[in-house]
Amino acid sequence: MAEAIKQKGHLAHAGHGSHDSGDHGHGHDHHDQEEMKTFGFWLFLITDVILFGVLFATYVVLRNNTAGGPLGSELIEMPGIIASTFILLTSSFTSGIALLEMNKGNKKGLITWLIITALLGASFIYLEVNEFIHLVHEGANIGTSAYWSAFFTLVGTHGLHVSLGLVWMTVLIVQIRRRGITPVTKRKVNIVSLYWHFLDVVWIFVFTIVYLMGVM
Amino acid sequence: MWDKIKDFSSEFFVTGDPLILGAQVSIAITMVAIVFVLTYFKKWRWLWTEWLTSVDHKKIGIMYIIASILMLFRGGVDALLMRMQLAAPQLEFLNAEHYNQIFTTHGVIMILFMAMPLMFGLFNIVVPLQIGARDVAFPFLNSLSFWMFFFGAMLFNMSFVIGGSPDAGWLAYPPLSGLSGSPGVGQDFYIWGIQISGIGSLATGINFIVTILKMRAPGMKLMKMPMFTWSVLSSCTTIIFAFPILTVTLFLLFLDRYMGAHFFTLDGGGNPMMYINLIWMWGHPEVYIVILPAFGIFSEIVSAFSKKKLFGYKSMVFALMSISFFSFFTWAHHFFTMGTGANVNAFFAVTTMLIAIPTGVKVFNWLFTMYRGKLSFPTPMMWTVAFIPCFVIGGMTGVLLSVAPADFQFHNSYFLIAHFHQVLIGGVVFGYFAGLYYWWPKMFGFKLHEGLGKWAFWFWNIGFYVCFMPQYALGLMGMTRRFNEYNFDMGWQPLNVVSTVGGFLMGIAFLFQVWQIAHSIKFYKKEKTGDTWDGRTLEWSIPSPAPMYNFARTPIVTEQDDWWEKKQRRLRGEADAPEVVQAEQAPLEPIHMPRNSGVPFVMSAFWFTAGFGFVWDWKWMIVLGLGGVIVTMLVRSFTYNTDYYIPVEEIERTEAAARGAH
Repeated sequence: MAEAIKQKGHLAHAGHGSHDSGDHGHGHDHHDQEEMKTFGFWLFLITDVILFGVLFATYVVLRNNTAGGPLGSELIEMPGIIASTFILLTSSFTSGIALLEMNKGNKKGLITWLIITALLGASFIYLEVNEFIHLVHEGANIGTSAYWSAFFTLVGTHGLHVSLGLVWMTVLIVQIRRRGITPVTKRKVNIVSLYWHFLDVVWIFVFTIVYLMGVM
Repeated sequence: MWDKIKDFSSEFFVTGDPLILGAQVSIAITMVAIVFVLTYFKKWRWLWTEWLTSVDHKKIGIMYIIASILMLFRGGVDALLMRMQLAAPQLEFLNAEHYNQIFTTHGVIMILFMAMPLMFGLFNIVVPLQIGARDVAFPFLNSLSFWMFFFGAMLFNMSFVIGGSPDAGWLAYPPLSGLSGSPGVGQDFYIWGIQISGIGSLATGINFIVTILKMRAPGMKLMKMPMFTWSVLSSCTTIIFAFPILTVTLFLLFLDRYMGAHFFTLDGGGNPMMYINLIWMWGHPEVYIVILPAFGIFSEIVSAFSKKKLFGYKSMVFALMSISFFSFFTWAHHFFTMGTGANVNAFFAVTTMLIAIPTGVKVFNWLFTMYRGKLSFPTPMMWTVAFIPCFVIGGMTGVLLSVAPADFQFHNSYFLIAHFHQVLIGGVVFGYFAGLYYWWPKMFGFKLHEGLGKWAFWFWNIGFYVCFMPQYALGLMGMTRRFNEYNFDMGWQPLNVVSTVGGFLMGIAFLFQVWQIAHSIKFYKKEKTGDTWDGRTLEWSIPSPAPMYNFARTPIVTEQDDWWEKKQRRLRGEADAPEVVQAEQAPLEPIHMPRNSGVPFVMSAFWFTAGFGFVWDWKWMIVLGLGGVIVTMLVRSFTYNTDYYIPVEEIERTEAAARGAH
């Protein structure tokens, strides 16, 4: 009991307040700080699940409200969507490899795989933007009907998340290059990869509900 | 050129109303005065380094509370204006447009910019102290939350003098709040003001969950936590599930207005009823978010002033957590009349009745805590005792409203208005006042004057009943909400006059409170013990106001109400457990603290800029604002030097100064 309290005391002492700091010799501080931040990020992901949940619900409610305008199945071209799905799934895999490289302590490998992940993410965004341009060209934009409002908002919000992830990854690559693999950068990579996998899962739902069920 | 400026300003500023002109002038004068005073006394640097950039949870808490009291004033003035308008039939004091604006801003301000920040203020001040922590889990994020709230609230409040207030009701139902119903910018101020502050609230929810789950003092198991901390946990859990819904809903409304989308429009296949569902999926949990911490406060106070352990600790925990769960399954009772069908209404009627059960459990717990206690009645306890009958009546009228067929009569009548004011004033406001009086000495190191506090208490309470009891009757007599005038032949005038008198009594009560604070500052009497009320929980074991690092040594907790039990043991001459003694006598160690940061303030200011740009559709401003947000985020990401250590000598000096006083 006393031993347990002592250990926990250690933990609580270290856990108080503050953020990542420079290079002083308090390793356990980092450990607890970084652990708390990761936990906080999990909670953030819960909120993001709700956010997407509401958008999905909205889409499902409005899926038939095309107000006489074009249907999704008339305009959406599936080959591009399937390609972008595989690209995003692969990027999730490569971000996993990046993590493995990090845990091995291989800074170069980490950076390389992060860059590959980011490039795949960028191609996903490129395809999505192209798809949107194509749709607008065909006469479906956010104001065409409730269906298209819901479509563009749901898919677009996912795309916005992926784009933010790209900026984030780029920033992280710079930081890793400067500072190497430290407890802080390690936590940051862990979090960004959590985020990346999460977006992948959301995309699987988008693909199923919006494209497979709505279009095919 | 001159004409252009004139055109612009006639659209930009609200003109043509003497009341608003007066407000514009007084706002301008106040701002000039503030700038003058800060410059004259050379306080700009002090303001920036001590407050605006502070990440100390105690200072952030104080800023929240100051802001919320200002908002209480604004929301209260709105209320009194409405009561004046309704005091007589066909009065021409406020026209319909102005009246619509005032009931809209009254609702938004009281819930989102008064109750929420007052609640967050108390979270900030109390939770870390109660669990023996040195700050919250993410102090930087905490500061960001505050500034997001602050700038969001300012953006919303600005609409009153710039551009025109929103006037589609506090929840802004479309199609009225859509572009066709509200073409002006007021509704855009509404969306962006709430959106920006809502992001802050969401972050606070995450922050406090992590704080409570990860930073409790060693030995403080979950079931030994103070009840207020439990209530914060339940409230924050509700926040993280509810607030994203608000974010999305407002975002969709924004898309409708700004991008021409068709989510809630009448044309293009939109569905306005979906908005009403979505907004209440947030809105109903929201009222539980604000009431749960009030329950926690009452629990602390009732136990402290009965000198007894809280009766039914476990059932209280269970009640809090089950309310936070059930709060997500009652939303449709806000629109039984929408026509979703008998089965849906029956489901939501039953859940609404069910949620009254845990609330009833709590009332019994408080009563049994007082039973055979050694009671005393300083102001915090008076508010608590007054709360119980008030909330019971409010709760029972709520159960009446939950009966779906009967609700077809009550819906949108003054019966409803009386009900929710009774639970929100009698529950939330009384609760936060109780908490404010209770923890005031911990925040500032002096007590508030009791005599003036009692005057305020009686004026509030009598004013409350005089104001709202007649409204139940008015509702049953057929008076509906949101009308600015009624005819002579309705027979509503006498009760409306009574209600207005009650409103003004509460206004006087507020003045007493202002006087009470001013008086207590003027006749400042240092509260030396740090344990003002002979309290039970850890926050009373340290000096008042708490030193910057809170606890010089991390306390070791062995039981519920640890500080009280420790005092009792000492009175009985018993020794503490060896590990506690050991921890107390351990040498001081340097304390790890977060550095102040200006980033939260600047980032929130950029959010404000972006929001203002969206309101007026000024592209350059939107780009500037959002660009600024991204740049400040990057600045933060690249900042690695974010904390420091307080050396042992400084802790010793601070402790000697604080403890040496008695």
